[in-house]
Amino acid sequence: MKSPGRSWMERMQGQCITLAHGSGGKAMRELVEELFVAAFDNPLLAAMDDQAVVPLDALRQQGNRLAFTTDSYVVSPLVFPGGSIGELAVNGTVNDLAMSGAAPRFLSCGMILEEGLPIAELVDIVHRMRDAASRAGVAIVTGDTKVVERGAADKLFINTAGIGVIQPGVAMASNRARPGDAVIVNGAIGDHGIAILLARNELALESSVESDTQPLHNLVAVMLEACPEIHCLRDATRGGVATVLNEFAASSNVGIRLTESSLPVHESVRGACEILGLDPLYLANEGKLVAIVPREHAQAVVNAMRRHPAGLESAMIGEVVDAPPGGVVMATAFGGTRVVDTLVGDQLPRIC
Amino acid sequence: MKFVDEFRDPQKAERLLQEIRALASTLMQGRTRPLGIMEVCGGHTHTIFRYGINRMLPEEVEFIHGPGCPVCVLPRGRVDDCIALAQRPGVIMTTFGDAMRVTGSKKNLLQARAEGADVRMVYSPLDALKLARAHPGRDVIFFALGFETTMPSTALTVLQAQKEGLTNFSLFCNHITIIPTIKAVLDSPDLHVDAFLGPGHVSMVIGTEAYRFIADQYRRPIVIAGFEPLDILHSVWMVLKQLAERRCEVENQYRRVVPDDGNAPALDAIATVFELREFFEWRGLGSIDYSGVRMRAPFAAFDAERKFSLPNIAIADPTACQCGEVLKGAIKPNQCKVFGTACTPDSPMGALMVSTEGACAAYYNYGWLDRTKAEPMR
Repeated sequence: MKSPGRSWMERMQGQCITLAHGSGGKAMRELVEELFVAAFDNPLLAAMDDQAVVPLDALRQQGNRLAFTTDSYVVSPLVFPGGSIGELAVNGTVNDLAMSGAAPRFLSCGMILEEGLPIAELVDIVHRMRDAASRAGVAIVTGDTKVVERGAADKLFINTAGIGVIQPGVAMASNRARPGDAVIVNGAIGDHGIAILLARNELALESSVESDTQPLHNLVAVMLEACPEIHCLRDATRGGVATVLNEFAASSNVGIRLTESSLPVHESVRGACEILGLDPLYLANEGKLVAIVPREHAQAVVNAMRRHPAGLESAMIGEVVDAPPGGVVMATAFGGTRVVDTLVGDQLPRIC
Repeated sequence: MKFVDEFRDPQKAERLLQEIRALASTLMQGRTRPLGIMEVCGGHTHTIFRYGINRMLPEEVEFIHGPGCPVCVLPRGRVDDCIALAQRPGVIMTTFGDAMRVTGSKKNLLQARAEGADVRMVYSPLDALKLARAHPGRDVIFFALGFETTMPSTALTVLQAQKEGLTNFSLFCNHITIIPTIKAVLDSPDLHVDAFLGPGHVSMVIGTEAYRFIADQYRRPIVIAGFEPLDILHSVWMVLKQLAERRCEVENQYRRVVPDDGNAPALDAIATVFELREFFEWRGLGSIDYSGVRMRAPFAAFDAERKFSLPNIAIADPTACQCGEVLKGAIKPNQCKVFGTACTPDSPMGALMVSTEGACAAYYNYGWLDRTKAEPMR
């Protein structure tokens, strides 16, 4: 029975998630109302129907197409330097929308909770999602909660789907890279992968590396303003920059030539890679994009990016060439050339 | 970055390359076949491809990628034995990450894990010991492999387990030694190796004297080399210099790490725990006498091969594989019949495609681009 005067949050102190929180009964209703609806706080969600009902008129004024995407988040540990699964679940889906040039508008949030998850940890993650959504300017308008038995999940998995609106005329696609185009990245690569690896604490390495998780749609807007003709755009998450470039090269049937000395990599990440035998080109990022831009606009795009907080360290890292078709090569700082192929397996598991 | 950038200086590289070109063109007078330099160690193969050193050298100098990737040369029957151990009830199998991808006759440890075996990746054998302490009711086995580089840490771990009286820790020992292997390569009739780059990390343990027979009996120059790109170029220059001056010596380019006498405590630990096996099967090379080690009798309690029964079935190498010819320099990886078609890093058939340090995997990932023609890019 609810004791008067004590809030849900106070009553839940020191409590864990139980199967009752997913049973459809009172415990679940309280969890949804007192935590999710209260935190995400918007009228579409507060209606508490089985779906969010979105009026079309407002969307129609912002563009002529919808972008729709989904992604699941299973990162371990849940919280790491620079962010948590909560920021990833918002920014990751926002960025998947943003890479089409869409302005992200609405997210859904499906949570799979493991029995025994401390409620305080869940509250922290949900509040981080709330703050990330607010920073990105998106509303979490519908959701779902399931609880599974201990051992059937690892603490907390999140799925988010997102809807965004694309303006007329924006047409980026991975098959549009042309010889002569410039390859641009919005800052230092590999931070997220190394931050997660070190946060797992198995290596007894200490470092100040933080995840780069951030929303990128406003940066993309700035880039499109500087050059509406951007050819290709993708966020370099799992598989890193190397994987994205291989996809561009294969889809466009062109070669891509990188210059190692122009790759932005933080010293701490480089150091960790040297010790662990990892390659920053393959490390995951959660706030980095790779763009293929017509040569004549490349400098203007980089200049505009460097004025935006999400692009301060933007750099041109290479160019699109004729040969080898479908391949990526890199001029090494040492003076040689090497092939940058796609990876066979993950360098690291469960990074996002 | 300190201790890194000074070994990757492109200006110094260019100066060395100029001298290498001059030496190579002198040496090529009256020769038709390129000068073959075997880098014994997989770590060197990795550096060569990662920095594109193979494409910086003049065409007269060719690297022949040697047998020094211990993950690659593990025969399929041993992997099957390891999987059988991992599938025993109550066992926690531990090993290094790259050993988890080596396939046996049917599958690898990653697949065994997906099917329910408890297989865990560790960064050090001491992590396996930690697991044994934390799970006294389980049998923790460390799948040990590698040359003399990793042997001391395994040996010290066993000594530590003995000291603590741990009864649930054991070793599935697949360590191999470098010298008989180089000898086997040197004794093969179709060998095309003019000089050697000696393995840096193995030599840090065993020292440089052990290679004397290569210079004295087989009349080949050998230079113990470091792993940075300038180390490799410097060492290539040193072997060419020996060839040009008609010297056959053991030289040590990696002095900053490799003492001529090796590391006495590490050698002691190895000698205490391990003894040579009469036969050990290699993937791609067949059986090489006295090339493997097993645990000495006083450590039987820590020897998974004695503690548990193993299927111990030898599985022949696939007949289409030409790993042996690649290892001896008779053919290049991309000249193998199955390279890039039946044998890829996704589903390796031969030893050398298995780990990123294997010559074929390095060729596939770094060296070879036009997969329709199977031609390396220069």
